[in-house]
Amino acid sequence: MTATPPVSQPAVEALEETRARHGLLRYAATKAGGALVSIAMVIVATFFLFRLLPGDPVRALAQGRNMTPEQLDLERARLGLDKSLPEQFVQFVKQTLQFDLGTSYEYKRPVLDLIGERIGSTLLLTGTALVMAVSLGIWQGARAGWKPGSRFDKFSTAISLVLWSVPTFWLGLLLLMVFAAGVGPIPGVFPTRGISSVDAPEGFAYVLDVAQHMVLPCLTMVAVVYAQYLLVMRSSVLDEVGQDYITTARAKGLRDDDIRRRHAVPNALLPTVTLVFMRIGFVVGGAVTVEAIFSWPGLGQLFYEAIRVPDFTLMQGTFLLITASVIVMNTLADVVYHLLDPRVRSA
Amino acid sequence: MSNVSWIRRRRAGARFWGKFRTRTAGMAGLVILVLAVGLALIAPLFIDSSVTNVVSGTSEKMAPPSLDDPLGTDESGRSVLEMVWWGSRTSLLIGFLAALLSMVIGTVLGIAAGHFRGWLGAIILRITDWFLVLPSLVTALVLAAILGGSTATIIVAIGVTSWPSTARLIRAQTLAVEARPYIERSLALGAGHWHITTRHVLPNVAPLLLASTTLEVASAIVTESTLAFLGVSANKTSWGTMLRGSYDWGAATAGAWWYILVPGLCIVIVVLAFTLCGRALETVLNPRLRTRAA
Repeated sequence: MTATPPVSQPAVEALEETRARHGLLRYAATKAGGALVSIAMVIVATFFLFRLLPGDPVRALAQGRNMTPEQLDLERARLGLDKSLPEQFVQFVKQTLQFDLGTSYEYKRPVLDLIGERIGSTLLLTGTALVMAVSLGIWQGARAGWKPGSRFDKFSTAISLVLWSVPTFWLGLLLLMVFAAGVGPIPGVFPTRGISSVDAPEGFAYVLDVAQHMVLPCLTMVAVVYAQYLLVMRSSVLDEVGQDYITTARAKGLRDDDIRRRHAVPNALLPTVTLVFMRIGFVVGGAVTVEAIFSWPGLGQLFYEAIRVPDFTLMQGTFLLITASVIVMNTLADVVYHLLDPRVRSA
Repeated sequence: MSNVSWIRRRRAGARFWGKFRTRTAGMAGLVILVLAVGLALIAPLFIDSSVTNVVSGTSEKMAPPSLDDPLGTDESGRSVLEMVWWGSRTSLLIGFLAALLSMVIGTVLGIAAGHFRGWLGAIILRITDWFLVLPSLVTALVLAAILGGSTATIIVAIGVTSWPSTARLIRAQTLAVEARPYIERSLALGAGHWHITTRHVLPNVAPLLLASTTLEVASAIVTESTLAFLGVSANKTSWGTMLRGSYDWGAATAGAWWYILVPGLCIVIVVLAFTLCGRALETVLNPRLRTRAA
């Protein structure tokens, strides 16, 4: 060994690995901190937003009920509305941090319980729709972007532009009319509302029943959401097409399909998948609309009902939860992207 | 001096129009838009707001298209054609004004975030990112529900939730413009913040702003109809309100396809026209996109 030992290749790699891991940890910590600040901002904004309400909330909720002034005062004290604004703020923050989202006026039950009951069906519907939309969008986008200007590409772009212009709820209405009510020769085969029949059977038949109820809402969500994945995947594949490594792969004599599948798509996939999570807020908006139309008993419908009544505690609670989870999803996507893409990591 | 710059601008405008004219889809969108806006503007010459009055409907209820009512009637016997025509005024007005509001907020904050380095820019950027993450439809719903559903509040609700992407775009563009040497020259000659941002940055970002606003109008119209459909809008007529009515009165199960199809198609056609126009503008203005699309 000489005075300045040349560091062996594996050692360099190990060193870089450690550095990268530390960098990633620091990155993840920064992002998590940022997310916490964002959530704190949401809590503060929510408090002041819901204090903007014109009029007296107690009087509003007493509407249509016979309540004496004493009862109104009692209700005010129960909600903490007799205290000063700073005191109310401290109390609100404290309760929210303890996951106490208050009691719904409409259901007379804790908001958190209501959310807990509904969240499962939302995850089922949104999850299924998202997986289908992402796979379909990526598959079609990759094919369209690989041969820009081809007939398939033109067809894909046209269809995604049209779907992008279609309001989610209108598509839902159309599907309801055609496949649930039935038009002309098309029989109404799918139920119009809910997650299961009133006389739902047990066991496997129940699963089939739920699946049948899910077809139309799921279809609506997929159609609206998948268009943007298609466009994003198309443009990221398009970015790869001109790259040198593709030319190299061609020069090696690989088959066109192989180049696309094994070289271009994996590289183009990363930005697309991240964007899928980055735009999760858009999906959430779609879920609210779809659940409202098909009376799907999920979080979106709970939120929608809160707006219709209006039940401000329930609205506030669901809003907080939805926003916070969107922020968490975004942060996760950011960190995972960092973890997966060495180009970003080294930068 | 201003004479010279105006001649130059007019020439640039003519060049731009020449390029835009070659894009078939964009031109098709523009024609539809001019038609739609024209129809909305001349509507008061033929009908007035009484077409939305529940008691003024004299025809048969939920009647299919006929010679008297070319597009059928709704649950109160009002003509769907007249309601769609009158409703286009609300939908387009809200679309334009909400996009305008979003553009103004986005431009001011975007230029500020790009121009003022240091803590001010950092704070604006942080706020922009925060708004960007919020689920915009959900936030707009809450805003509209809290503030009441008048036309003005719907515009505010849409504008306040949709500006962040414009702000990011404008900020990036501002950074690019301010890196150019003539800004340094301007600074050396004693230009202040106001002069730099309004005389140099703004004219440079304006074309891009036009494209992004056009696309923004499209999504504002969709958002407006969704808010109206979900019942937070107090507007008596807009395409979204009509669709709400069709849902409430069970038009889907009753097979009243005209009641669902007509307002929906209006939304899709107008939104598609704005989108095509906006994409064509983007392609013409962005050289990178132009070479790719060719």
